[in-house]
Amino acid sequence: MSAQVQSKRAQLKEAKLAATAERLEGQSLPAGGKWASAARADALSRLRAMGLPGRRDEYWKYTRPDTLTQAEAPAAAVFANDEAPVFGEIDRVKIVFVDGVFSAEESDALDLAGVEIERLTDAGGKDIHWAKDIYGVLEARGQDPVERPLAAYNTAFASDGVVIRVTGKAEKPVSLIYRHESESSDAVLHHVIKLEEGADLTLLENGPAAARFNKVLEVELADGAAFHHVRAQGRDHERRAVTHIFARLGREATFKSFTLTVNGKLTRNECVIEFTGDEAVAHVAGACLGDGDFVHDDTVFITHDAEDCESRQVFKKVLRNGATGVFQGKILVKPGAQRTDGYQKSQSLLLDDDSQFLAKPELEIYADDVACSHGSTSGAIDEEALFYLRSRGVPSPEATDLLTLAFLAEAVEEVEDARLAEEITGRLEGWLTRRRD
Amino acid sequence: MLEIKGLKVKLEEEDKQILKGVDLTVEAGKVHAIMGPNGSGKSTLSYVLSGRDGYEVTGGSATLDGEDLLELEPEERAALGLFLAFQYPVEIPGVGNMTFLRTAVNAQRKARGQEEMSATEFLKVIREKAKTLKIDADMLKRPVNVGFSGGEKKRNEILQMAMLEPKMCILDETDSGLDVDAMKLVADGVNALRDAGRGFLVITHYQRLLDHIKPDVVHIMADGRIVKTGGPELALEVENNGYADILAEVAA
Ligand SMILES: Nc1ncnc2c1ncn2[C@@H]1O[C@H](COP(=O)(O)OP(=O)(O)O)[C@@H](O)[C@H]1O
Ligand SMILES: [Mg+2]
Repeated sequence: MSAQVQSKRAQLKEAKLAATAERLEGQSLPAGGKWASAARADALSRLRAMGLPGRRDEYWKYTRPDTLTQAEAPAAAVFANDEAPVFGEIDRVKIVFVDGVFSAEESDALDLAGVEIERLTDAGGKDIHWAKDIYGVLEARGQDPVERPLAAYNTAFASDGVVIRVTGKAEKPVSLIYRHESESSDAVLHHVIKLEEGADLTLLENGPAAARFNKVLEVELADGAAFHHVRAQGRDHERRAVTHIFARLGREATFKSFTLTVNGKLTRNECVIEFTGDEAVAHVAGACLGDGDFVHDDTVFITHDAEDCESRQVFKKVLRNGATGVFQGKILVKPGAQRTDGYQKSQSLLLDDDSQFLAKPELEIYADDVACSHGSTSGAIDEEALFYLRSRGVPSPEATDLLTLAFLAEAVEEVEDARLAEEITGRLEGWLTRRRD
Repeated sequence: MLEIKGLKVKLEEEDKQILKGVDLTVEAGKVHAIMGPNGSGKSTLSYVLSGRDGYEVTGGSATLDGEDLLELEPEERAALGLFLAFQYPVEIPGVGNMTFLRTAVNAQRKARGQEEMSATEFLKVIREKAKTLKIDADMLKRPVNVGFSGGEKKRNEILQMAMLEPKMCILDETDSGLDVDAMKLVADGVNALRDAGRGFLVITHYQRLLDHIKPDVVHIMADGRIVKTGGPELALEVENNGYADILAEVAA
């Protein structure tokens, strides 16, 4: 690098740090924590050293971060609809947040055999707590080799959330419900989940949460633990969200996460997974439907640092009326991570010429005995298939929807539980039906 | 039933005339066969009748029971009772064969103002029809035509025809790629549907299929026109002497 370029970079960084300092001025850390206060202070200094993301950052090349970093959340109208609640038919333990604040009245009792559930604000005020070893710890590990300043921001400023420790097989899912009521709400939630050896939990998340939502989920899986995550990011058209999942997997652990995203002006979902024990499996999948003023960004980073692990990414996006889809996915295979099986697929279906899909798939491999593949495509509806369906009497809009659902099916198949998969498919159908020409 | 008069068709994208004035009438209850060399326009005729994009009609007409087909969307033609068994059935990953068929059956019923078929009734009917075509439960569950052999795809076309019960059936080289047993199954499927109210237009290259599906009328198509029409004996003539003699005779 030339001296000139170097000094230019230094200048930019300096300006960014100054802007970040200014932005954070007067914003105080949530009070009342013991170990949590220390973790927050740590995160704040990490954040000050990194600076909030800017347009020039390579990692934000495709998605503009300004509305996520600015001091005030851009207003977002609350979207009223008369649909049956997502996961409404599923027997689950409901934990409700309204504009990012836990609502005891609307939540179920936090009782579930084999599962300890506490509010972050309670856990953080204790002298000793298991969550101390995870809160902000997985996030901090996830800052290398790529910085994720909005996650550090979250660790510092999260005002609510839950910490969940699972010791057995949970008999029903824990369901986090995010209600959005205020047009200007700015919610910052941080959840921590620890699955002990052989434990098993399904976590559901749904709802628009707030006008702007910043959420971090840290998941630590001990040997043989299994974590299933199904999320439906809600329908409010003007909401914005940035979310991070940080997961660390022990030996023979299983991690499966699926996200459905419809509507919203901006959604950036980052998922950072680290394999630390052999023979573990991680699948991350997503289906998104965007219409018009919609940017959806899936950013995934998977680090294989153990042998015989399998990672699989399947992301499908349906975009119309100028919607934008982004995918940045990386598989990093460290030296010695032999017999890694890494698969990555990101595809978009563009329903018109105005929509766009920007993808950056990456593989970085330092072991010699691995099988990794990635494929990224973007295309339109298959005209041959469409004609075939129409020639059998299926009207064009229905035929298009059928082909669109078929395109998304591979991602939805990643949801193991049949009832949850059905719920997701039903939502997809509903969205498409409401938009029929 | 199907009445085609002076039909002229060119490619939309290219200045290439493919059908140069086709005249053909298929009466209810009859089986007409079209034979002809490769590239003579047989598939084009079937596609234009069913409403595929990419062609421009430059003259003539085509009606089904008096309704102008060429004005209608493909799905409207289907609802009117037109069916095309494709020469190359399309694979549709992600759409289950059964879902596809049920959607199609009910879409047509809806378009005709009939009541939709219930899931149980549909299952009962499709199982029965699939069985006679030796289509197993697995093939019904799999995505449409994906991973099907050539013969399975053609049998699947006939199953669709049997479920949709169209009044005008066009079969485009349904015999190609079939062994003798499969051809027999397909022919039986077609023959089972023959009745006084239904017309067939069977496009084929070979006499073989016509041994099993006995045509009433045979047409020879060459270079975008029907050049000769006759009885079943015409097919035998093609089988024995090829097209050369007929084409020479017509040209003379
Ligand atoms: N979409 C198309 N693009 C280019 N050429 C075409 C197209 N469709 C048909 N043709 C041409 O039109 C002629 C007739 O084709 P086709 O109808 O398939 O004949 P047949 O079925 O009798 O073999 C051929 O010369 C073929 O190459
Ligand atoms: Mg042909």
